[in-house]
Amino acid sequence: MADTVQEDATQKNGTLLGADELVLNMGPQHPSTHGVLRVKLKLDGERVRGTECVIGYLHRGVEKIAEHRTYQQFAPYVDRMDYIAAVSNGLGYCEAVEKLLNVEAPLRARVIRTILTELQRIASHLIWLGTHALDIGALTPLFYCLREREEILKIFEKYCGARLTTHAFRIGGLQYEAYDGFEKDVERFCKDFERRIKEYVDLLTGNSIWIGRTRNIGMISAADCIAIGASGPILRASGVKWDLRKAQPYAAYDRYKFEIPVGANGDTYDRYMVRMEEMRQSRLICLQAIENIPEGPILGKVGKVLKPPAGEIYHSIEAPKGILGYYIVSDGTIQPYRVRIRPPSFVNLQAFDKMVRGHLVADVVAIIGTLDIVLGEVDR
Amino acid sequence: MADESKAPQQPESPEPDATGASQAPPAPKTATPSTPPAAPKSAPPAPKPPVALQIPLDNELVRRYRDRFGAAILDAVEDRKQSYLVIDAVKLSDIARYSLDEEKFDLLEDFTVVDWPRREKRFDLIAILYSFPHNHRLRLKIPVAANERPASLVDIWPTANWLEREIFDMFGISFAGHPDLKRILLPDEWQGHPLRKDYDILQQDTAWVRENLGIESGQ
Repeated sequence: MADTVQEDATQKNGTLLGADELVLNMGPQHPSTHGVLRVKLKLDGERVRGTECVIGYLHRGVEKIAEHRTYQQFAPYVDRMDYIAAVSNGLGYCEAVEKLLNVEAPLRARVIRTILTELQRIASHLIWLGTHALDIGALTPLFYCLREREEILKIFEKYCGARLTTHAFRIGGLQYEAYDGFEKDVERFCKDFERRIKEYVDLLTGNSIWIGRTRNIGMISAADCIAIGASGPILRASGVKWDLRKAQPYAAYDRYKFEIPVGANGDTYDRYMVRMEEMRQSRLICLQAIENIPEGPILGKVGKVLKPPAGEIYHSIEAPKGILGYYIVSDGTIQPYRVRIRPPSFVNLQAFDKMVRGHLVADVVAIIGTLDIVLGEVDR
Repeated sequence: MADESKAPQQPESPEPDATGASQAPPAPKTATPSTPPAAPKSAPPAPKPPVALQIPLDNELVRRYRDRFGAAILDAVEDRKQSYLVIDAVKLSDIARYSLDEEKFDLLEDFTVVDWPRREKRFDLIAILYSFPHNHRLRLKIPVAANERPASLVDIWPTANWLEREIFDMFGISFAGHPDLKRILLPDEWQGHPLRKDYDILQQDTAWVRENLGIESGQ
């Protein structure tokens, strides 16, 4: 399927259709779009000549809502953006407000945050792996992935009572102390997970159908990634060894050793390999962190009414999907004057057109899958 | 919701970056949209003596920008250890091009707007730049008036394409030279630009209820 890729990737997105061309509407209700994404495909036979994404079906106006809530009241809303990585969203928001307040969470809180966030990264990548494989036609990995994700969700549930939209963190630290046996649960999961990852590898990595469907599909160069703003595993699969956890460490990442996996070709297969390795690295971070969770308080001195001094802050973290940034402006009152959220999925989706041109219709679902978008975050 | 009733969100305390000499004095109150003055919140009437969170910035980077663009760099501020430049919208393209080519700010991490309805130039465009080689960030703050059309950054950072469409959608600022400027998140037939401060969500809701349900208010 990859033989005649890129032949006219440079062709401009003309609006007039040629005699051989037709427009196919895909979505908004389509099982492989992972939500409500509508894509207009301009086709020449089976080959894609141009695309247009229509988004906004899940727009809830969270940035407007933020201006009518206090800082604490808005925190649960961010869980509903990237709802399969709610913990990461919460971490970014809490840290941004903490910076605005000029306080820092205690070390113990930061370590527990790191553990939960890395577990969330694994859970998010598991959903990606299962659904991506399902889109391409491999049914089995989905069940395996959901089985392991369940273990992570159980840890979240025991920690804070919620599985999906957790609201696990509070501004200034944590609301809840780690429960008895938290370390043991994390350790058991991590020990077990090493074996589980091998099962996915056996199913997919050397599978010739998998390779045929993913290698040289949706190639994108490092320069294009940066120009278009694509970040996270997409950027790394194109060969840029860059990760915000290393570049500008937050939470407690500077305490742990881990590698940044990179790809070479920037194709769908490389992105698969990068995300698989990221899961292994997240597992290692969790194992290092539970060895020594420092004692101490879990909530810093922030007070009940938060009134950050007037000013502004930008803080971004490496969410499972890429750079997740919060730009918050305070006017000195209890409500934020403006909250801007830089969602990784929204920006990454811009790369779709570049990736898909010249490919066959069947590859479109593979490329949507490899982008790993969550429409709740694209539309906000 | 109790806190929605005070929908007009006029800033009461001094605006955060009013330190900049660039900012024109706030327009007289009569010029603001027909919103009642903000109900007093629990904020104390007089802000505490300023703890100098915003300090003037003068480092190598700023000096290079100043040497190059002179008066177009209206101000340089450090706020909570993060730096930003206030620049003249007329020079936006040139400064953006220079930032990419010479200062190696190769990623436009985000591009957004803050609305200050009482100012003469009510919108602050905020461009957040990141440099991979130097691993640092810089914000460009570009005050524009409601009827102004700033230059599009799509030619310089292609990622600006959807970000500018979102700004157009939410704030109604149109960019000169954008290849495909139309709404992105809201339906094409939507009225108004929701993230403007004078866009009252309660009013919007009531109007919809009156029209579609035939009752006075759903609240």
